Amino acid sequence: MSSKRTAHEIMQDPDFKELARKKDRISWVLTVLELVLYFGFIALIAYNKPFLAQKMSEGGAATIGIPIAIGTIVLSWVFTGIYTWWANTKYDAMVKKVIEKVGG
Amino acid sequence: MHQTIIGQANPVAIMFFVLFVLTTLGITYWAAKRTRTTKDFYAAGRSITGFQNGLALAGDYMSAASFLGIAGLVSTKGYDGLIYSVGWLVGWPIIMFLIAEPLRNLGKYTFADVVAFRLNQRPIRAAAAAGSLVVVLTYLIAQMVGAGTLIKLMFGLPFELAVAVTGTLMICYVIFGGMIATTWVQIIKACLLLGGATLLVILTLNEFGFSYAELFKRASATPLGQKFLEPGALISSPLEAFSLGLALMFGTAGLPHILMRFYTVPDAKAARTSVFYATGFIGYFYILTVTIGFGAAVLVGQKVIMGIDAGGNMAGPLLAEALGGNIFLGFLSAVAFATILAVVSGLTLAGASALSHDLYVGVIRRGVAAEKEEVKVAKIATIGLGICAILLGILFKGKNVAFLVGLTFAIAASANFPALLMSIMWKKFTTAGAVTSIYVGLISATVLIVLSPTVWVDIVHKEDVAAVQAQIKTIDAAAAAADAKIADLQKQLGSKAAIAAAVQEKDQLAEQKKAAGAAMPKAIFPMKNPGIFSMGAAFLIGILVSLMSRDKAAEEKFEGEKVRTYVGIGAE
Repeated sequence: MSSKRTAHEIMQDPDFKELARKKDRISWVLTVLELVLYFGFIALIAYNKPFLAQKMSEGGAATIGIPIAIGTIVLSWVFTGIYTWWANTKYDAMVKKVIEKVGG
Repeated sequence: MHQTIIGQANPVAIMFFVLFVLTTLGITYWAAKRTRTTKDFYAAGRSITGFQNGLALAGDYMSAASFLGIAGLVSTKGYDGLIYSVGWLVGWPIIMFLIAEPLRNLGKYTFADVVAFRLNQRPIRAAAAAGSLVVVLTYLIAQMVGAGTLIKLMFGLPFELAVAVTGTLMICYVIFGGMIATTWVQIIKACLLLGGATLLVILTLNEFGFSYAELFKRASATPLGQKFLEPGALISSPLEAFSLGLALMFGTAGLPHILMRFYTVPDAKAARTSVFYATGFIGYFYILTVTIGFGAAVLVGQKVIMGIDAGGNMAGPLLAEALGGNIFLGFLSAVAFATILAVVSGLTLAGASALSHDLYVGVIRRGVAAEKEEVKVAKIATIGLGICAILLGILFKGKNVAFLVGLTFAIAASANFPALLMSIMWKKFTTAGAVTSIYVGLISATVLIVLSPTVWVDIVHKEDVAAVQAQIKTIDAAAAAADAKIADLQKQLGSKAAIAAAVQEKDQLAEQKKAAGAAMPKAIFPMKNPGIFSMGAAFLIGILVSLMSRDKAAEEKFEGEKVRTYVGIGAE
């Protein structure tokens, strides 16, 4: 099809619906994971300081809280990496397909 | 005693700084020839790559507060400093999953473009410009006062001169080079900052045989002991912890100078790639600052750090001096100055675009203005904002401005973020809902912070607090004297009546102390971090008002917005 379609028609297109559904799902799943990760960390600070204050090893000084904090930073970045990888490989291909079809 | 040259004019620092200024002014000259249209001025012609924008985003975001402040906080408070470094990072994934791509696909130059996409242009642009400007101005004051203080400490320049130099350079970058020059200033600054911090961490770890276990072991031998590595008293109640967390996380996603950067890349793919790089650079940098903080506590010592600056802000530079001598200190001081300069330039450009693109063109000229005229207004706005920033910086000299950073994030999270998110996601979001959400978020965050202990007690009633404290001190001294008298009388077996009189006198003093304590000023709003209430109110009002009003035109445009959000058809 070469003629341009209206937004309303594109919204009804099964490929567009599929693309929007998948994107919403991955965005919200990752958002919720990030919220759980960060507010889980905040909850430990708020309600369970002794847990974070445990020593990692006998004779050492480093507490469990340190790798948990650093891990929160690293894992947040990993989440952005997962999203970027998904969007660059899967999502962009779906977008291309829809655009070709509707002649955007 | 630890020897430091901090506080004196340092020729090495000045040399590095002059080198940075010359390079960036050269780039500005080059950029000026490429800055003609509004697209060039606000969005660098949309020619920045994802990787470059990732560095520039990191440059815009890593302020002196994060470079010097977090290292300082970790070096003096230990683990509690980590809470901030985590909080300042976690907003980035939210930006990526919910904001970056819709923003790029729907908008042109400012985040108000997105909020106003389906809604009534003029009221939305006026409200969004107000939200942007308050965020920009509060953050600018904090940065300017920080700049004056730091430059005074590191270069030995007078405060006013330092603020004026910062303001003048920032105006030059923005009016001549627009977004192109600003972007390259950010990129150079980000590279210098990441490189400098990496080198400092390598030198630090070298002192501990590259063993973190050893670093933490020695950190636990500092005066605070093992407590130094445990969460402490910085965050007092669970509600404060969640409220601070919300403001840090969603405030990041509502900063106008950060949101604006997504328009500098060609498409949504580059926008998401840039967040991936930015999150990596910023996260890496925060991990470095934590190491620097603990390293400084061990190798320099808290007494020395707090002796130079009570807030611990000189921990990083002191560590650099201890490990790399005068040259490394000079280099890092120049990097700190460059850091502030880059951040204020980004802020000024964001403020100028709110004034020209949203207020002047969107509200006053009802969306119709020639490009030349818009760029001219943006340049005039830049000069105006720059002069404002210099004057406010001087006005706030010596004042405690730490609360301004908290205020900035609370307002960004309450005024900007809820309206932006709902305008992208929610079909039934109306003009009335958006406008009330923005103003309620803006006003409630500001008012609650003014009424909070940080401002109401520590700043507004600073003298009353000091008076009450002095009164209590006098009473305590009298009570101690009365105690001594009682003990004396008892020892000398004085008359019962005399002892009873002394005891009565002591009881009276205790009553007086209680009365004096009751007169101590109390905060009207008890929390230091109002984010949970102001952001909650902004969402709630936005939803309620939208449900009560109906915006048929906006609902009809939602399908077009949705298609553009997801596949980018029609994006600029």
